[in-house]
Amino acid sequence: MGTRASICIIATSMWSFFHKLGSPPWLYKISGSILRWLLPITVVALAVGLAWGLLFTAPDFRQGNSYRIIYIHVPAAIVALAAYYIMALAGAVSLIWKMKMADIAMKACAPIGASFTFLALVTGAIWGKPTWGTWWVWDARITSMLVLLFLYLGVVALYEAFDNKEAASKACAVLALVGTVNIPIIYKSVDWWYSLHQPASIKMTGGSSIDSSMLYPLFWMIASVYALFACCMMLSMRVEILKSEGKTGWVKRLATESNS
Amino acid sequence: MHPIRKQRLMIVLFVVVFSSAAIGLMMYGLRGNINLFFPPAEIAAGKAPVGQGIRVGGMVVEGSLKRSTDSLRITFELTDYQASVPVVYEGILPDLFDEGQGAVAAGRLNEQGVLEATEVLAKHDENYMPPEVAEALEASASMGKGPEQ
Repeated sequence: MGTRASICIIATSMWSFFHKLGSPPWLYKISGSILRWLLPITVVALAVGLAWGLLFTAPDFRQGNSYRIIYIHVPAAIVALAAYYIMALAGAVSLIWKMKMADIAMKACAPIGASFTFLALVTGAIWGKPTWGTWWVWDARITSMLVLLFLYLGVVALYEAFDNKEAASKACAVLALVGTVNIPIIYKSVDWWYSLHQPASIKMTGGSSIDSSMLYPLFWMIASVYALFACCMMLSMRVEILKSEGKTGWVKRLATESNS
Repeated sequence: MHPIRKQRLMIVLFVVVFSSAAIGLMMYGLRGNINLFFPPAEIAAGKAPVGQGIRVGGMVVEGSLKRSTDSLRITFELTDYQASVPVVYEGILPDLFDEGQGAVAAGRLNEQGVLEATEVLAKHDENYMPPEVAEALEASASMGKGPEQ
């Protein structure tokens, strides 16, 4: 009986957390207090990770120093993929529960995800020139990553194309959900087809084919870029919340409080 | 869950599952065309068109790389450890191009089965290590040289 009761308590508290997430003032307040410590930590973590990876790690035995772009390229690519799932999940919640905050999360995620995708593509091209001998090649990994960029930009454009914002969210959510099929394709493209892009160096099972002295700063950077993504999301959502709730009492009180 | 929400959830799942299935089938249908290059074994089996632009990818055979003394013309062989394809190329090679390493050559197969390449790209593998580690590995001769694909 005890476990059953505790499961019930967990379920109800999760449900109330989910409900609170739907409340703009609560989300605004909690994100503000999270950002107060997460933002400085992220900046320091990024600085430490970049210095570690770019300055203090040994060069690669074949690529020399050019491999160091991995410390930006791989974290940006991983977060670009993860962000898409977050956007699609927010889209699904917005479709099913008509939660306004899910709409805002989806809308905020699209340009941020597009930026990380763009960063991954650009750093990949910069690395590709000295390594492969070309900036760009239409292989499965690179092309599917470009499709991801267009999906993100498509969500941004589709949202702006509608005057009726409720219809806009619905259309964007469907586009985001259809696009999720691309994520496993990007991830597995290097294994399914012959591509110029090498297979993953970090492996879920078995040893990674990247030396541990290079792997630790990479893990550090991946965590830092995830934190950066979280900061960007919260900052962007807070702006959207203020914009959409501008006429409500709590925002007016907030404005008068900060003025006095 | 409210029945309307349940219905919407079903629609969401339907959209995801069926669009994935549709695109998955499309990918399956196009699977041969998504490959960036032919492995030498498929060329040996006559699957690659002669006289059309194709790419061949594999490992550069050790000892096969020959440079012309008076021009940029080079010849080498690409292998996937089942078959090999001779390649001729005139131009500048990427820095990481080397014997025993992966490469992708784009060009046309001539009647003799030689790829006349117009572009040669180095294919980097997924191994990253500092030079000292690579030297230590080589010293202990534990570096297995097997087919990459």
